[in-house]
Amino acid sequence: MNYEDLRHFADSWGLLFLGMIFLTMIGWTFRPGSNRKHDEAAHMIFEEDHDDG
Amino acid sequence: MSGFAQKHKKLERNVTLLSVAAFVTVAIGGIVEIAPLFWIDNTIEKVEGMRPYTPLELAGRNIYIREGCYSCHSQMVRPFRDEVERYGHYSLAAESMYDHPFQWGSKRTGPDLARVGGRYSDEWHVQHLIDPRSVVPESIMPPYAFLAEKDLNAGDMVKHLTAQRRVGVPYTAEAIAAANEDLKAQADPEAVTTDLVERYPKAQVRDFDGDPDRLTEMDALVAYLQMIGTLVDFEAAEAQEEPR
Amino acid sequence: MDTLLLKAGGWLAVVFIAFIAMVLAADAGFAVHMAIIALAAGITLWVTINKADYAAIGRGILKAPTDPGIYDDDPIRWGVIATIFWGIAGLTVGLIIALQLAFPVLNLNNEFTTFGRLRPLHTSAVIFAFGGNALIATSYYVVQRTCRARLAFPDLARFVFWGYQLFIVLAATGYLMGVTQSKEYAEPEWYVDLWLTIVWLCYAAVFIGTIVRRSEPHIYVANWFYLSFILTIAMLHVVNGLSMPVSLLGSKSYAAFAGVQDALTQWWYGHNAVGFFLTAGFLAMMYYFVPKQAERPVYSYRLSIIHFWSLIFLYIWAGPHHLHYTALPDWAQTLGMVFSVVLWMPSWGGMINGLMTLNGAWDKIRTDPIIRMMVLALAFYGMSTFEGPMMSIKAVNSLSHYTDWTVGHVHSGALGWNGMITFACLYYLVPRLWGKQRLYSLRMVNWHFWLATLGIVLYAASMWVAGIMQGLMWREYGDDGYLVYAFSEVVTAMLPMYLIRATGGLLYLAGAIVLVYNVWMTIAGRQRDEKPMTETPHNEALDKPIVGKPAVAPAE
Repeated sequence: MNYEDLRHFADSWGLLFLGMIFLTMIGWTFRPGSNRKHDEAAHMIFEEDHDDG
Repeated sequence: MSGFAQKHKKLERNVTLLSVAAFVTVAIGGIVEIAPLFWIDNTIEKVEGMRPYTPLELAGRNIYIREGCYSCHSQMVRPFRDEVERYGHYSLAAESMYDHPFQWGSKRTGPDLARVGGRYSDEWHVQHLIDPRSVVPESIMPPYAFLAEKDLNAGDMVKHLTAQRRVGVPYTAEAIAAANEDLKAQADPEAVTTDLVERYPKAQVRDFDGDPDRLTEMDALVAYLQMIGTLVDFEAAEAQEEPR
Repeated sequence: MDTLLLKAGGWLAVVFIAFIAMVLAADAGFAVHMAIIALAAGITLWVTINKADYAAIGRGILKAPTDPGIYDDDPIRWGVIATIFWGIAGLTVGLIIALQLAFPVLNLNNEFTTFGRLRPLHTSAVIFAFGGNALIATSYYVVQRTCRARLAFPDLARFVFWGYQLFIVLAATGYLMGVTQSKEYAEPEWYVDLWLTIVWLCYAAVFIGTIVRRSEPHIYVANWFYLSFILTIAMLHVVNGLSMPVSLLGSKSYAAFAGVQDALTQWWYGHNAVGFFLTAGFLAMMYYFVPKQAERPVYSYRLSIIHFWSLIFLYIWAGPHHLHYTALPDWAQTLGMVFSVVLWMPSWGGMINGLMTLNGAWDKIRTDPIIRMMVLALAFYGMSTFEGPMMSIKAVNSLSHYTDWTVGHVHSGALGWNGMITFACLYYLVPRLWGKQRLYSLRMVNWHFWLATLGIVLYAASMWVAGIMQGLMWREYGDDGYLVYAFSEVVTAMLPMYLIRATGGLLYLAGAIVLVYNVWMTIAGRQRDEKPMTETPHNEALDKPIVGKPAVAPAE
């Protein structure tokens, strides 16, 4: 394998592969069903304050 | 989609999965960038003249490393007109092929040293290292007078060359066996050095620190400084270069 | 009893082995290090066999609360003290070497105090000793609170703390004696590297073990950042540290790789020491302490997920931008540049997430100096993560590389981002860890804030000017077609800038000393009698319904 082959792979399949991963990630993170779960996660650091009371 | 979401929830909740995923994510970039350097052949263009360091040069280089000279001096001339005119021919990858570790540096509080070899006399270097401001009044370099006082105690050079060979520097068995004698001979004007020069072409043999009776750290450091960037004959190599 | 005997015997063996290694050492540096190790093992041995309750004595020294509390906070208290101690040490050495550049006589004509030996002492002290202790202490704090579990392996957690301090002592004394691998930010020699590897794996075990024991279903995002920081630093440290010792009884070793491969491995390490030690780890601090101090949840949890994965994926690629126009192959330089520029986005994702957490509570910047420090830290994080990608563009880098601009860039990140967020976290932690109602003085936090801010501004501004001036003077051609300036003339031109920089450093150090006093008094249980930071504007005379005057005057 030489530089040219790697270069070809990088700007075709490699790019497509990484692009797809990125879009999937965004899609998953913003899926509508996850609102509640994210809110819970964001608020979890405050739960201890109520316990300590 | 819900099946996938379920899976990702698991990822978030499982520290092993999270660790593995994070590790794979951070490993990719390094592998893609570093691994090819070891087997793409045009990474290091072959040039004539490169050879491993002589034991004395190596000991000098170890002092250069010990004193942290790389904090302020680079050894990497970039291919720009001003740098080439100020310092000399731009650096080639092959010139540091035996440098474990490399000394390219990252800062020029002082000037680049990639082509310092042969530029100044030994006396200049000695005086400059003892008291930098006596030769360059504007200099802010620390004084290294103690180098001239300290006998060179490089350790067993046979072990040093063996370690170098283990990481890939092509020292021959004879070179390794003769390492301790070669160390002394290079700074001794009276020693027989035909073997030394045969083993290490272009090796400079003389007393470097102006004190022929003693082998000091100054001898070693000046011997190293005087050979940096002198191994490749650029007039002969010009034909193989491509301008950048 | 058997285990005690076994432990004591083990430590005794370490003392003997280290002592023998000291006697047989090939060089003085190695001998001194073995003596330090023998001493450390001896102290541990003494602590092991002595029946005294050292945990209680330690708590006495620190004036820690006697109630052990829900969480295991002892190692965190030690970590807070160590962070402050090494912070002062590192900043002081920084000030000294800054002055050495202006007044070379301060090198003292002595081999142990030259710039070349003190510079790694400064960088390692601030990054690994100050930053590292802050990261270990806060990670212990955050992981327990967010997992609602006590630290897994409490003995190991203490070993990590003391083992890490031993690593720092070995590294620091090594630099003074010239024991160095010369790889920037990875200078310690092979045996110190091995020791750090052991300590680091134990740290990973404590951290991951605590997450495994958690009683919360979800792993909070701060822990993701801590986790990636711990794992990636382990990977970087091991690969970049690969070397061949000359002798097993000597300090010297030769790096496994040479020349161009060594250079890229080193800057893959060096850049990601910034990316994972100074960025991912400190972002973890940000994701816990900023929401806690602001008493609001993080602005967007979604953004935190996306920016986490993008950040850790992209950062690793950016190393080659330290090697632009060198003998590194062009394709690697280009990759490094492109990824560095793209990295701007996830970096600002983190900054936006931190700053916008204050959305709706912006008035706290005025009333709460700790929040103000956090905001300043995030602002500097944003600035340096914009400046960094810009400097990684090859055309800009051709000017900025090798100059003081790089030094200024690093310090706007280190002093502005890492320093300020750490100080803010310390101010958050100290009253809570020592069970005090509040800090000794909020006004002193304010003083610290302004001293540090002014210091950073002087530092960064002078280094911008110095760096750009240097770059331009080196490449300036006259009408005659010759270079205009000799190198020495450029050195002379730096003097005023170096003086301003040292002044900035002095102010920053002064701010840190104010912190020491404030923390000291807080731990001593004192509260300064002072005016609150803001007075609520309230005029009692006017604060009543308007009576007696009808709205409309009756017609006469």
